Amino acid sequence: MLTYTQDEMMTVTAARSLRDRMTCFVGIGLPSAAANLARATHAPNLVLIYESGTIGAKPAELPLSIGDGILAETADAVVSVPEIFNYWLQPGRIDVGFLGAAQLDRYGNINTTAIGDSYAQPSVRLPGAGGAPEIAAACKEVIVVLRQSRRTFAERVDFVTSVGFGDGSRSRARLGLTGGGPRLVITDLGVLRPDPETSELVLTGIFPGVSVDLVRERTGWELGVSAELAEIHPPSEVELGALRALMASKPVASQPAASESSASRPGSEDAISSTPTPGGAKRLER
Amino acid sequence: MSEIVSLAEAIAASVHDGDTIAMEGFTHLIPHAAGHEVIRQRKRELTLVRMTPDIVYDQLIGAGCARKLVFSWAGNPGVGSLHRFRDAVEHSWPGPLELEEHSHAGMANRYQAGASGLPFAILRGYRGTSLAALTSGIAEITCPFTGEVLTAVSALRPDVAIIHAQQADRHGNVQYWGITGVQKEAVLASARSVVTVEEIVEVLEPQPGAVVLPSWSVGYVALAPGGAHPSYALGYSARDNDFYLAWDEISRDRQRFTAWLDEHVYGCANGSSADAQRTVPC
Repeated sequence: MLTYTQDEMMTVTAARSLRDRMTCFVGIGLPSAAANLARATHAPNLVLIYESGTIGAKPAELPLSIGDGILAETADAVVSVPEIFNYWLQPGRIDVGFLGAAQLDRYGNINTTAIGDSYAQPSVRLPGAGGAPEIAAACKEVIVVLRQSRRTFAERVDFVTSVGFGDGSRSRARLGLTGGGPRLVITDLGVLRPDPETSELVLTGIFPGVSVDLVRERTGWELGVSAELAEIHPPSEVELGALRALMASKPVASQPAASESSASRPGSEDAISSTPTPGGAKRLER
Repeated sequence: MSEIVSLAEAIAASVHDGDTIAMEGFTHLIPHAAGHEVIRQRKRELTLVRMTPDIVYDQLIGAGCARKLVFSWAGNPGVGSLHRFRDAVEHSWPGPLELEEHSHAGMANRYQAGASGLPFAILRGYRGTSLAALTSGIAEITCPFTGEVLTAVSALRPDVAIIHAQQADRHGNVQYWGITGVQKEAVLASARSVVTVEEIVEVLEPQPGAVVLPSWSVGYVALAPGGAHPSYALGYSARDNDFYLAWDEISRDRQRFTAWLDEHVYGCANGSSADAQRTVPC
């Protein structure tokens, strides 16, 4: 019987969502682990782009930061920061952007700036925007990764750092956002996708052993559930083996990490709640 | 022509209380030694500009050098929060910190406008976000040719840019390579500049993807081997990921941070040439 952690389930689910030959704007943490897992398994020609300007990086081990030397040394091209945003991201050349979030609302809008009613006196100050606003605006599609609780899945985000679908289905066109917006949200309970009509996030997939009631309980709005709700396959032996080999190569943080820049590991909510969130240490069985 | 001087002389001549300072380096080539010299010289009321304020700005903020921070992402890359930054924002320790925040694309374009001698830059950005309302430096602009509504961001024109590079030659021409970030734009946008280097060589050998700053475009060059630590200089050093992880603990507590500062910054030789020769910052 395979045992695996929630982080592993999330990472494998994220990796599966990437197709071979895609160009992928990658942040550090879970997105980077997922993108490298995809490259090591079903998507060997995935093009990894880090906002440090490294295009086509092929790290043999997971970097700690978006600017580790191994990214520059293995990249097809290394460009300046103005160039990566202006020439590569802005015109819509990049297929998929991977974003973390501290807070997300029903239309997939993202907060990575500040928690609390007052921006000037936040209850928690988060790292801020990084590259996320323009990644969310310009990539052909966006994948968001975060742990799910009533605090992280809010009716309205305290601060709109990056726009998902604004206040509904026509917002992106009205705002002149050229990319497609969130295609998939991956949490520690399952996955959500935008409703094709309303753009509201609905539950479309659920992890083994998780009930719909639990997902509803951890959602700060009245959650819609897809008629085709499916259970997501647990990690295969091949996926787990490849992921663990990758993770073994990464420097270990002593504390749960908050987000790195735009695209980030989904741990940032650790900073906004002292309530224990379902941690990576909890083991699930199948 | 740039002048080759000691780091202490370069900072004393370039940085004044109340100045707007941009220390750049995108994960790679972060000018830590120069930041420590600014702390040692007890500069005050600085407006600190940087896309990714990380450990070196956490130190400057905690040391009381900063009045205002202009930035787009403030964190310890791959590790977590910047505790001194958060303490300043959430509890005004050691003093209040005014924030002016942008996205990476916005900051990069603001530097480009400054380097280009333009008052603003144009991008597709910020639309629909809460960021636009926070600063007067973001505004809508209509394209005169297509009518499309775009975003204008005001130019950055710092008083001083401070960067770290791999090499300078004896004439003060500077070369750096690897992840080149936004340093060229920062130097050209600023009125003055200081470049610390790993090595001063007879002749700059061309490197793939290198940026060369001609001597006459740079103010001061100072030798500071290992001056990016715990960041790195490709070809000279590796990123000290263990220190980034350790900083999370060191910076969490005010007393521990202050003790660290006393020992590792104030306690070091004040930028003498011997200090500049050290290979690992103390």
